[in-house]
Amino acid sequence: MFLINCPFCGEREQSEFKAGGEAHIVRPKQPTELSDDEWAEYLFMRKNIKGVQFERWNHVHGCRKWFNVVRDTSNDQIKAVYKMGEKPPN
Amino acid sequence: MKNKYSIFSLIKNALSNHENWQRAWRDPQPKKEYDVIIIGGGGHGLATAYYLAKKHNIKNIAVLEKGWIGGGNTGRNTTIIRSNYLWDASAGLYDHALKIWEGLSQELNYNVMFSQRGVMNLAHNLQDVRDLKRRTHANRLNGIDAVYLNTEEVKKFCPIINTSPDIRYPVLGGTLQKRAGTARHDAVAWGYARGADEMGVDIIQNCEVKGIKRNGDTIDGLDTTKGFIKAKKIGVVAAGHSSVLANMAGLRLPLESKPLQALVSEPVKPIIDTVVMSNAVHAYVSQSDKGELVIGAGTDDYVSYSQKGSHDIVEGTLSAILELYPIFSRMRMLRQWGGIVDICPDASPIISKTTVKGLYFNCGWGTGGFKATPGSGDLFAHTIANDEPHKLNAAFNLNRFVSGDLVDEHGAAAVAH
Repeated sequence: MFLINCPFCGEREQSEFKAGGEAHIVRPKQPTELSDDEWAEYLFMRKNIKGVQFERWNHVHGCRKWFNVVRDTSNDQIKAVYKMGEKPPN
Repeated sequence: MKNKYSIFSLIKNALSNHENWQRAWRDPQPKKEYDVIIIGGGGHGLATAYYLAKKHNIKNIAVLEKGWIGGGNTGRNTTIIRSNYLWDASAGLYDHALKIWEGLSQELNYNVMFSQRGVMNLAHNLQDVRDLKRRTHANRLNGIDAVYLNTEEVKKFCPIINTSPDIRYPVLGGTLQKRAGTARHDAVAWGYARGADEMGVDIIQNCEVKGIKRNGDTIDGLDTTKGFIKAKKIGVVAAGHSSVLANMAGLRLPLESKPLQALVSEPVKPIIDTVVMSNAVHAYVSQSDKGELVIGAGTDDYVSYSQKGSHDIVEGTLSAILELYPIFSRMRMLRQWGGIVDICPDASPIISKTTVKGLYFNCGWGTGGFKATPGSGDLFAHTIANDEPHKLNAAFNLNRFVSGDLVDEHGAAAVAH
């Protein structure tokens, strides 16, 4: 259990949010031209990092907006929060 | 040679105050090279080593475990065993395991306390009723014992369930698999470890893999905290950490690792003599031989390796338990813990070769791997020894995420994810 600093509402309990998985997976520009391997890569393969991971969250029981979080998955500590479309921090 | 466990060995050792029991397994240092190295000393890994030695006559095997054997998910699950899965491929896989469970204590000469007390899955809405009836029919076509019960029959089989129509999610019916049940999880790891050790398998604890060395497209060996170890073949059975190991070998897996929680109550006299699972309200409960209620909660929806889960998940599960079993309202919980489960997009496991020659993965068991331990070990051993899957695990290959031939078991997985 941890707190998430929603960029729109401020700090709230994690249970107010829905995790949206790995961030920055770009939807293919030309889906019709993708091979089966590329589809598998896009749809199913995940980094599933133990350590610092970039991910999407939705404040589903609050403002219902999506944003990005940088979190260490080994101890659930959040390193940074940034809005959709913003450049991820280094 | 191991001494056989029996009533006579028990009496003999009782007379010497239990001070002279033989070690159940050795504590060896790693050799320079092995024919097969299994990464992960949980139930699945130890079973794999056991069947490699027993059925495939491979003797030069090591099992590497970063902590102690059975200290991961093998010692953290709620010990439920059943095979009532929907699809033919899953039915074959899980019922293969269940058949091995039925003779496992005798085979290992180790009491795994397998108890076929039945597993009941409850329906709480009309869609549940339809799904569970469909699953019962599918099970019976596959030769798996399953029956559908109406509300009165559910109440008769487990009288403490609140079947009042006035509760928030009333019990509309359920399925029952009588051959299903529970086993003692630690004993499974220890029994397989003892059996594998007897056949010469080196079980190396406190040995963490730090890197997987490749020679082009062939496996070379492992960098570990006990030095470099060469291997002709490597089988990875690392549950929640499978993606971490795949990354070391330059592979990607379709997995997400999430915390799954369970808890036990203070021990009480026998009150529930079966296993009751309820997917819709997310609560399942059984009673251990010590008398504790064993309660399974759900997964968190975010990736985490912290072996802690969120408090609200436990709260949700316990409120459902109390609605279904008002008799437990004064019970106190003794312990709560989390394990990291590796979840596949189709809620089915991967027992497969990879694009690297000599590297095999057994992972993606998600929230329900314990029940499959013996079958998983047997089929993974077959896959490693023959470099080909057995027909029972052929559908559970990695390539299904490319071909689209998924085995969608979200309904039968019983833990929502």
